[in-house]
Amino acid sequence: MEQLLEVKNLSVSIDGLAGEVQVVRDVSFSLKKGEVLAIVGESGCGKSMLCKSVMKLLPPSARITNGSISVCGQDITGYREKEMQNLRGKTFSMIFQDPMTALNPTIKIGKQIAEAVIIHNKKSSKEEVYQKVLELMELVGITHPKERYHQYPWQFSGGMRQRCVMAIALAADPDILFADEPTTALDVTIQAQILDLLREIQMKLGTATILVSHDLGVVARVADRVAVMYAGKIVEIGTAEEVYYDPRHPYTWGLMKSLPAFARGKESLYTIPGMPPTLINPPKGDAYACRNEYALNIDYEEMPPMFQITDTHYAATWLLDPRAPKIESPIGGRKH
Amino acid sequence: MKNEVLIDVKHLTHLFQLTKKMKVRAVDDVSFQIRKGEIFGLVGESGSGKSTVARCLMNIYQPTKGEIWYHDVNVCDKKEARKNKKMLQTRRQMIFQDSASSLNQKMKVADIIAEPMKIQHVTPKRGSFRKEAAFQMEYVGLDESFLDRYPSELSGGQRQRVAIARSLSMEPEFLAADEPIASLDVSIQAQIVNLFRHLQQEHGFTFLFIAHDLAMVEYLCDRVGVMYHGKLVEMADAEELFANPVHPYTQTLLSAIPVPDPIRERKRVLRTYDGEELENSEWTEITPGHFVLLPHSESGKGVQS
Repeated sequence: MEQLLEVKNLSVSIDGLAGEVQVVRDVSFSLKKGEVLAIVGESGCGKSMLCKSVMKLLPPSARITNGSISVCGQDITGYREKEMQNLRGKTFSMIFQDPMTALNPTIKIGKQIAEAVIIHNKKSSKEEVYQKVLELMELVGITHPKERYHQYPWQFSGGMRQRCVMAIALAADPDILFADEPTTALDVTIQAQILDLLREIQMKLGTATILVSHDLGVVARVADRVAVMYAGKIVEIGTAEEVYYDPRHPYTWGLMKSLPAFARGKESLYTIPGMPPTLINPPKGDAYACRNEYALNIDYEEMPPMFQITDTHYAATWLLDPRAPKIESPIGGRKH
Repeated sequence: MKNEVLIDVKHLTHLFQLTKKMKVRAVDDVSFQIRKGEIFGLVGESGSGKSTVARCLMNIYQPTKGEIWYHDVNVCDKKEARKNKKMLQTRRQMIFQDSASSLNQKMKVADIIAEPMKIQHVTPKRGSFRKEAAFQMEYVGLDESFLDRYPSELSGGQRQRVAIARSLSMEPEFLAADEPIASLDVSIQAQIVNLFRHLQQEHGFTFLFIAHDLAMVEYLCDRVGVMYHGKLVEMADAEELFANPVHPYTQTLLSAIPVPDPIRERKRVLRTYDGEELENSEWTEITPGHFVLLPHSESGKGVQS
């Protein structure tokens, strides 16, 4: 199938007071049409930065130091702001984490959605815009769109607000939807509804989605493929089945083991020891080595390359090197 | 020791006055008991009144109706509460959801942790306030180097630990934790939950643990109460509740727990609950220790499986 988005060896740095922070380090992945790719990792591992660098919504002090981003075969790495504005909304759009801060509290919901519609279709009449807004509101599951059109964000519950943000994001039929922790601010029942909605929209419109989350449990419901990020790098990528049932990277093991679902009946939950490294001077070798109980000597010396396990499953750990000792995965392998 | 009741909430009702005529029933006739040394979980969607219950327990809100007994003091009675103010304030502590806004940005960690002791005029057991603060820090798994930092220099998990250390500095017997892990990463959530477990088992703390992450509640809590629209709809031992949920809302909540297993997860069917039949319901004990809010006609039928 055609590759919609292709990111190759992307590196992004931000110039901070303490020095250059390497927020994204040598990341490569691709996204097919109509596919859901989940990016999972701890906070500060560069998940959001990765999305923002594809959309070029980076802070002014940030720059792409290496690599390329291509959309539908076209290289957009060098695009300027003006060219990017043509792509944003139509080619890709974004759902932000907190629906309260993403919406303007003083403007009626209908008008905010209409704004997004008008920007992408300047010639349409008032009536057409109104109809399109109602259509969008129905698409994301807002009931009684005609009445709700005239309400303000504070009259909506958290889940409904997130739906409004989604309606705005979908206003121009984007090819790629970035959802940056769309359910973190919501509670469990609403979270499941929003995830189902994401899936439904992706089925209906064929939109490819990049879902960013820190919770492997949440991602399981919607993701086709999962990428695990650590310290600015993708350490494991594969289809959902491969990553959940046959995880290979010790960091993925750690993330999975710290979920309470795997600790039933045990005295304490597993925690990954230590803290993620700062990315100002990332450690030589594998950034995860100092927290990794399975670390080999080479992990401290040399960065592991991406080892291929199957056609779609890759992991960056020296444990996969043929010379490495065989270590039984402590988790996974519970196929049903 | 496990059966001694520490907190007894009887018919607690709290109304918020919005305008002259409009009132919101945030908490509606809620009764439960928290036993000494247990972790009592309160779950429900946002806006179901969990936090209001916790705040009533801590005398932050004055409830409209009902009684809350702490040992043998009715904390809702203003006179009695004032008489026992010192006891109530030192023995009960609260941990708030958002540690970024509940810690003073302009104070160093050492001062934040020592502040409750200064307010209550407690002589630090270990010589100085700083030593006491260092001790509490070590207790929650942070080292002394953090004492001279400001909250903005800490990560979310570290900040939440400082908030916990502050509440522990009074050596309370009861801690109300209002969504203490909601805004944290999965691996840090695990650290905080382990810390709570440790405090309960080794030091006999009693907790009120409010959360909407049911997987964590199942793991951590001894007994769980489920709230919906200000009402307590079901209460039971954690094992019993998760194995045998009776109220339709509880079943809805349980069906929404994410499972880290893609194939099972995609097949999972979500249930919905629209809150009908909540009126005219009665608080019924269906098996010993398992209470459900059942409609009048159904009560007495027993468990449906």
